[in-house]
Amino acid sequence: MSRLIINRRRFLTGSAALGSGLVLSGCDQFDFLAQRGNPVRGAMEQANVLTYQAQRALIGDQVLARTYSESEIRQGMKPNGSTEPTTPEYNFLRMANFEPYRLTIKGMVEREVSYSLAELRNMPAQTQITRHDCVEGWSCIAKWTGTRLGPLLDEAGVKPGARFAVYHCFDNIQRTVSGDILYYTSSDLVDAYHPQTILSYGLNDQVLPVSNGAPIRLRIERALGYKQPKYLHTIELVDDLTPFGMGKGGYWEDNGYDWYGGI
Amino acid sequence: MSQEERLPKARGPLIYRQSIWTRLTHWVWAICLFFLLLSGLQIFNAHPALYIGQQSGFEFDNAVLRIGAINTPAGPRGQTTIFGQTFDTTGVLGMSGPAERPQFVGFPGAVTIPSFRDLATGRVVHFFFGWVFVAALFVWFLASFINGHLRRDILPKGDDLKALPRDVANHARLRLRHGRSYGPLQKLSYFIVFFILFPLIILTGLTMSPGMDAAWPWLLDVFGGRQTARTIHFGVMVLLVLFFVVHIVMVLLAGPLNELRSMITGWYRASPGTPSQEGDRP
Repeated sequence: MSRLIINRRRFLTGSAALGSGLVLSGCDQFDFLAQRGNPVRGAMEQANVLTYQAQRALIGDQVLARTYSESEIRQGMKPNGSTEPTTPEYNFLRMANFEPYRLTIKGMVEREVSYSLAELRNMPAQTQITRHDCVEGWSCIAKWTGTRLGPLLDEAGVKPGARFAVYHCFDNIQRTVSGDILYYTSSDLVDAYHPQTILSYGLNDQVLPVSNGAPIRLRIERALGYKQPKYLHTIELVDDLTPFGMGKGGYWEDNGYDWYGGI
Repeated sequence: MSQEERLPKARGPLIYRQSIWTRLTHWVWAICLFFLLLSGLQIFNAHPALYIGQQSGFEFDNAVLRIGAINTPAGPRGQTTIFGQTFDTTGVLGMSGPAERPQFVGFPGAVTIPSFRDLATGRVVHFFFGWVFVAALFVWFLASFINGHLRRDILPKGDDLKALPRDVANHARLRLRHGRSYGPLQKLSYFIVFFILFPLIILTGLTMSPGMDAAWPWLLDVFGGRQTARTIHFGVMVLLVLFFVVHIVMVLLAGPLNELRSMITGWYRASPGTPSQEGDRP
């Protein structure tokens, strides 16, 4: 019996020491998970692929995001990420009140098309009051007005092999010694053709301000904020995302966020 | 062995109490909840505030918790506001780390994965273990339904509720009985964890996904908005941490070796006087 007590005591002291050791040293021992390309991280990232496939199987392609009433717009749309692009191209357009702006659809399409801001504004307009969910955790309800992307893709004629739409933007989200890194992201064609996916030029009954992505911000309402590219100028249809940026399909995706962005 | 011969009446029978499914899922959950908690705090740190409603008030106030740092004449301080009450939490919340190199984060790096600010990695870890956690819960529910663990040990019955006051009194006097099935308080605790807390933390987690809100719009209605769901998710986390603390204390009080053995091998030494059954060991 006495042997048992000593064992138990030893066990308790041991586990207490182990426990406090874990707490004192913090969680540095799991910092390796932050390394891009670490095989354990790579295995864990597969859970995001599973999430994407599960949500695509579960959620009908046409199912809409929740829309809200006017009374639920209780504040301005919080600007986040790039709010003041400084590239010469953007500054030139901004000075010219976006008159020379053109939105181009290219890549795996039957015919490359491009539209001026006036042309986009003259297309059938759609207004939706939706909730913007930031990856950081906050949400903000706002009214977005624009024209649907789907019919424009049809006008360009998306080729059968195309799998993704890559959204190229004007904003230099990151300035490095080797030059500006321009924002881009991408989606599958389900999100590109979704009935609520609009090229928005209006926000809360006003012209879309620069801080929120003027002249055009794409809304993909069933995804997080980093899937709503601001300062959009080109949509490129592709079958492979690896040639762009660091190959993960977007600026934030290259920085470790999941590509799908629906969770 | 000789001890056992000398004290035959001092020990109850050795009973096979925990099935392989209970033991396996128990340890899978232990690992999952550890990583989910620490990666969850990392995610929380990206926006260390909680709100009630559909959205986060930036031009109005619907926050119930806010962790941050403020500048004072005496230097920066960590500050936490909960339900309108503000507390100085320097060193723990809002501002932590060494005095010469303080970190201005919600929860300190010692309790986040990774230890530095990295929302992207926190999300990778959180969603991976989220899937494993849910898969283990599914396996456990199925196995426990089939092997009777659910009916025998988890679902409190009328007799358990009647015996509850006595069981509370026994626990208060630290008179812990080790029987063939769980005691009333034990059943109630696990019932709350499996039928309330686990489903709640999973569903509120899903409510934070804009994709899931499109698929199951009732999530937003049941929880009163995405931001309320986020707040409930956090609150259930606090309750699960409390459960963990009580769980460990009870294991220590009830005899850690016997309890650990039952969760590793399945075999459990019952209290003296427990009637023997076929399949028991002496």
